[in-house]
Amino acid sequence: MQIRCPMILQFLFLVLLIAAAGLFAKNIAKIRRNILLGRDLDLSDQKGLRWMNLLTIAMGQSKMATKPIPFLMHLCLYVGFVIINIELIEIVIDGLAGSHRVFAPMMGSLYNFLIASFEWLAFLVLLACVVFISRRNLIKIKRFSGTEMTKWPKSDANYILVIEILLMSAFLLMNAADAKLQFANVDHYIKAGSFPVSAFLQNILPNDVASLIAIERTCWWFHIIGIFAFLNYVPYSKHLHILFAFPASYYGSLHAKGKINNMQSVSNEVKAMLDPTFVPIQTENPGRFGAKDATDLNWKNLLDSYACTECGRCTSMCPANQTGKLLSPRKIMMDTRDRITEIGKNIDLHGKDFKDDKSLLDQYVSREELWACTTCNACTEACPINLDPLSIIIELRRYLVMEESAATASLNTMQSNIETNGTPWKFANSERANWTN
Amino acid sequence: MEFKVPTMAQMIADGETPEILFWVGCAGSFDERAQKITKDIAKILHHVGLKFAILGTEESCTGDPAKRAGNEFLFQMQAMANIELLNAYEIKKIVTGCPHCFNTIKNEYPELGGNYEVIHHTQLIQGLIDEGKLKASNGEYFKGKKITYHDPCYLGRANGVYEAPREILQQLDADLVEMKRCKTTGLCCGAGGAQMFKEPEKGDKDINVERVEEALSLNPNIIAAGCPFCMTMLSDGVKHFEKENEVQVLDLAEITAKANGLS
Repeated sequence: MQIRCPMILQFLFLVLLIAAAGLFAKNIAKIRRNILLGRDLDLSDQKGLRWMNLLTIAMGQSKMATKPIPFLMHLCLYVGFVIINIELIEIVIDGLAGSHRVFAPMMGSLYNFLIASFEWLAFLVLLACVVFISRRNLIKIKRFSGTEMTKWPKSDANYILVIEILLMSAFLLMNAADAKLQFANVDHYIKAGSFPVSAFLQNILPNDVASLIAIERTCWWFHIIGIFAFLNYVPYSKHLHILFAFPASYYGSLHAKGKINNMQSVSNEVKAMLDPTFVPIQTENPGRFGAKDATDLNWKNLLDSYACTECGRCTSMCPANQTGKLLSPRKIMMDTRDRITEIGKNIDLHGKDFKDDKSLLDQYVSREELWACTTCNACTEACPINLDPLSIIIELRRYLVMEESAATASLNTMQSNIETNGTPWKFANSERANWTN
Repeated sequence: MEFKVPTMAQMIADGETPEILFWVGCAGSFDERAQKITKDIAKILHHVGLKFAILGTEESCTGDPAKRAGNEFLFQMQAMANIELLNAYEIKKIVTGCPHCFNTIKNEYPELGGNYEVIHHTQLIQGLIDEGKLKASNGEYFKGKKITYHDPCYLGRANGVYEAPREILQQLDADLVEMKRCKTTGLCCGAGGAQMFKEPEKGDKDINVERVEEALSLNPNIIAAGCPFCMTMLSDGVKHFEKENEVQVLDLAEITAKANGLS
């Protein structure tokens, strides 16, 4: 083999690499733009604690451990993904330089160790994907169904798993062919690597060199093109959590779960009402109280919606959902994401001032869903990356009550009782201490 | 009540300062069932000799249900009026008989100018047990009885108070059994987030029925609660299953009062 990797292939690789990276960057920039359509919110405080949360919750997967089987399987995928991607550096250099296993000569036995670990991890990733596909399609775990789990979210989950299976299979098959070519002393296939898993695949491969080279090259190109394609699938998929879990956990709530934010815009008005000399603290003009559309939410709510991977732990723990009500916290997250994505698409197509006649409220999230929430925080507790569907529910309720006066009749009674008697029930406040008699 | 429960206004008039303010809450003030809990909390405070006062008719709703229903205006109106009052009385420490009041004053008042040490009555009781001031001398009433504890969301998940209520129960010679959904995974009683004041949305069943079904599956003698809203929901659930003659729903203050011969 004189010219195994002609210049034209190196050039093709370069073009693919730039196209894949460029398109990915463009789509991520679009998502970032969409997130920043949300209201401003200052989360620049307590950086140390935020980094700790990123390290323990996102990187350390600390909240996953409550469900041992998915935790272990997910850990295989996560560690496999991160570590096997180290080899991506070598693959990219090989692709650009026309070299083969460029790191092998400089790394010696460490290289063998690394390749062997990649193989074991690839095997674990394959295993985890098979288990996950079975859980979704054969065992039919309850939290993977529900009204919001329509055709696309279900297919999305399966596509991700199938792509990962194909990528790992190509990776192992490539190694098997490579090992056989190394054994046959074929030029260019330097003796490098240790292949504890793909060794079992060698028997299914042919022995002639030309076929082996064809298989090795096909798998190599399939694997890297597959990665480029998958990279550009991710921004359209729930799989985006592999990136956004990190900022989401970094910017996650740091206070007691029971605390619901106090609206500064309301504080200004109430303080001015109580004290005419009060000078209001500057706030961004809220436009409206609470949220009618996704752009009325803050950027952290929108970031959360993109970070959600639709695992359904929130919904499976929600007391309203468990008793057959319409509310599903996962649906709240998905609706928010779908709506802000739609708004982003409108901006791309029709310019930034374009308004369609839809909104997150009513067209996506119904009032019945919102009023079913008990604010019990089961959803925020269950979320492995501390996403907060509850704050979105509260913002939508705030719009309903403060802008539309559209609370249910009994809630209006409760409010007017507080206004007139200082108690949510119809009692006279003068009777408040009657129990002491 | 067999002793006088002083109000802040009276204490100030007498030139006295209480060690702790007992924030009774609306349910504890007006709801007949919850009043019993309120009285037992007062009895416990009186029994251990803690100098306490209530706000009496000056107390007003913390604003919790209004805020959670989405009415931030009403919430902040309530909050600021309450804070003005509490600050005028120079209140430092507050014990509440309700996890919702506890959560609101503890977490949502500070930003609005109300900074106090706030504890829930189960934390107060646990502290008194630790100090040896409450002895559970009448504990035989609970001997061998099976008790399961329902975590109120606004005490448990909302504020991480899981142990104080359980330690109170461990003082007794009772058999403390846990529901499958407990502590961080505890199931709501169905009353939070202003649900207490409205009919539930349509579904397969009511949340309190689901919860009580889980509790009853353990065949308890007593379901222990720490929240007046949970008390209502759990009691209704027990009635739904027509078990009110076999299963008692008791607040931890009532259990403590009973165990110490105060009721």
